Amino acid sequence: MKQGFRQSMAWLHTWTGLLVGWLLLLIFMAGTASYYREEISRWMRPEVPSTLARGPEAAERALQYLQRHAARAESWTVTLPDDRNGTLRMFWRNPESATSPDEGKRRGRRGGRFGDATVNPDTGEAIAARETRGGDFFYRLHFDLHYIPVVWARYLVGFCAMFMLVAIITGVITHKKIFKDFFTFRPGKGQRSWLDFHNVSAVMALPYHAMITYTGIVTLMFMYLPWGVKAAYPADEDAFFSAAFARFGEPRDAAGTSAPGTPDIVRVLDASRRYWQGGEPGGFTVHHPGDANAVVDVFQRTGKRLSIDTPSLRFDGATGALLDASPGPGGATRTRGVMYGLHLARFADPLLRLLFFLSGLAGCLMVASGVILWAIKERPKHLKTGRIGFGLRLVDALNIGAVAGLPIAFAAYFWGNRLLPLAIAERASAEANVFFAAWAVALLAAFAWPRRAMWAWQLYVAALLFLLLPLVNALTTSTHLGVSLMRHDWVMAGFDLAMLALGAGLACAGRRMQRWQPPASAAARRRQAANVANTGPAGANA
Amino acid sequence: MDTAPDGVGRRQGRRLPVGWRNRLPFPVASPDAFVKVLFCPRPRRLAGVLRHPRAGIASRSLAAILGGYALAATTSSFLALALPMDRAQAVLTGMLVAIVVCACAVLWAFAVRTALRAWIGIALPALLMGVGTAWLGPAA
Repeated sequence: MKQGFRQSMAWLHTWTGLLVGWLLLLIFMAGTASYYREEISRWMRPEVPSTLARGPEAAERALQYLQRHAARAESWTVTLPDDRNGTLRMFWRNPESATSPDEGKRRGRRGGRFGDATVNPDTGEAIAARETRGGDFFYRLHFDLHYIPVVWARYLVGFCAMFMLVAIITGVITHKKIFKDFFTFRPGKGQRSWLDFHNVSAVMALPYHAMITYTGIVTLMFMYLPWGVKAAYPADEDAFFSAAFARFGEPRDAAGTSAPGTPDIVRVLDASRRYWQGGEPGGFTVHHPGDANAVVDVFQRTGKRLSIDTPSLRFDGATGALLDASPGPGGATRTRGVMYGLHLARFADPLLRLLFFLSGLAGCLMVASGVILWAIKERPKHLKTGRIGFGLRLVDALNIGAVAGLPIAFAAYFWGNRLLPLAIAERASAEANVFFAAWAVALLAAFAWPRRAMWAWQLYVAALLFLLLPLVNALTTSTHLGVSLMRHDWVMAGFDLAMLALGAGLACAGRRMQRWQPPASAAARRRQAANVANTGPAGANA
Repeated sequence: MDTAPDGVGRRQGRRLPVGWRNRLPFPVASPDAFVKVLFCPRPRRLAGVLRHPRAGIASRSLAAILGGYALAATTSSFLALALPMDRAQAVLTGMLVAIVVCACAVLWAFAVRTALRAWIGIALPALLMGVGTAWLGPAA
């Protein structure tokens, strides 16, 4: 270009950021919350006991439970207790013959193709907890959104992610002094301060932002770019996945003769530990349970390595003999696995997890300050003509509804979990409805009156909802701060404390928004200074 | 900001970064204009065909979104067949590269001087990749 490669990149940065900013904020917030998916689930099911057995007897109890409740299933899959979730999670696949012929009912819990249960490893009995999706709601919201078909939601999220990637690259290009901006924040100067804040929140966590956006697209790339698979494996796409991920093939067929008892799972898990030289099994699948040809696949726990692809072993269910080990994956598979793993951050220990969470929050602030910056830049032009145009009004309303409205929705979701009656039907989706109802109210209010006062009110409402959450928890459950702090139950206590911190932060933001005065222009400051100088000490005293 | 590009009105030009000439690459007005577009010695001759800057932005956006995706799709297919490594690994590598290529295509679409160049710069490599994919054919 003759002049201004940087200008055109700045233009592109502005518009790619603005057009998808509000949806991106929802995706970012849900994703950030998903770092504490298990902890949120724990808090939302206060009935689940906090300390549970972790020994080898847990796996045996799982099999006993499945033997009692799903003896006819084609396969059982069990996830063993770990540091973040002390329960046994299991699901099973019912045979075709046992499922309801009605297509609608097949997806349901009763008469469906799949069954699932959460079991207490101490007692071997199903845990009777309130019906909730817990942290899984945010995890799904992050890429499946809600109310719309999953496929469309994922394309939409991928589209937004691509915009985000472009916005990040152009944002870096736009910067003349990226290193200096790292340390620059000039508060109380209107647009300049917002720009500084946008820069600091973006540059401080830049490696994180770039990583999370690119790896986010990588997690769903088979959906977005299926063309390579179609070109190289035109006949059989499954062949690609078997080859790329070094997966086991289908297990051998059932013999048809039944074998007594369940596989000796303790021996199998011990053998896996020896084979992996200390690698801990995270779960297992039993194919054809109760059959003479039963097969047990053991998966290594994801927690100890960056990659999401973990090695697995295949054992004979009857004898416990090792049948097969998954081969080491190729370089590209490992790269993709590590990227996927980086995005999910299952490997992170508490401190690193906190860092991921804070980086995610920085991302939320970056997106929020970006869309606000657009409105602030645009406003003087509108003020000159004397009326606020449609575009700015729209952006203002969406900014309030997203930046201040989304925290209200998140808090409302937690309130719904504690206050909705336990017995109502479809309770889990009722909780999700609370989330979207609260957000809709915030958005409608913002559209009705997109003014500064609305900012302050919504931020105050969000702050109040978060700050009162520990109180609601104390009134409705027996796992409140007084108990959880005494018991050193850091998941429950940490959640309540985090809510207080978020509420305090939002209250500060609301207060600043309420008290804010537009900074005097340079000319006005000079005039004021001149006045002071003219009137002398009297003016200074006044 | 006030020095608008030639042929673009002051009011309209103010909304755009300096130095942009946004015009549709393919005019719809007349065969005569079409010939002018294809063989015009200078971009200035296009001014009469479609001069509104919004049209240029729309054209670049289409080049970025549709063209960018087409380029990513053909790149991933071509690399899946062309890379000298295990087929499944080549497929994965192609996908990982194609995501970056798509982002670069978007930058290109808005970085070059005319919308026509934006289209050429994206369509030509996409076409080459597509032809390459067809030529290599499906792997055994």
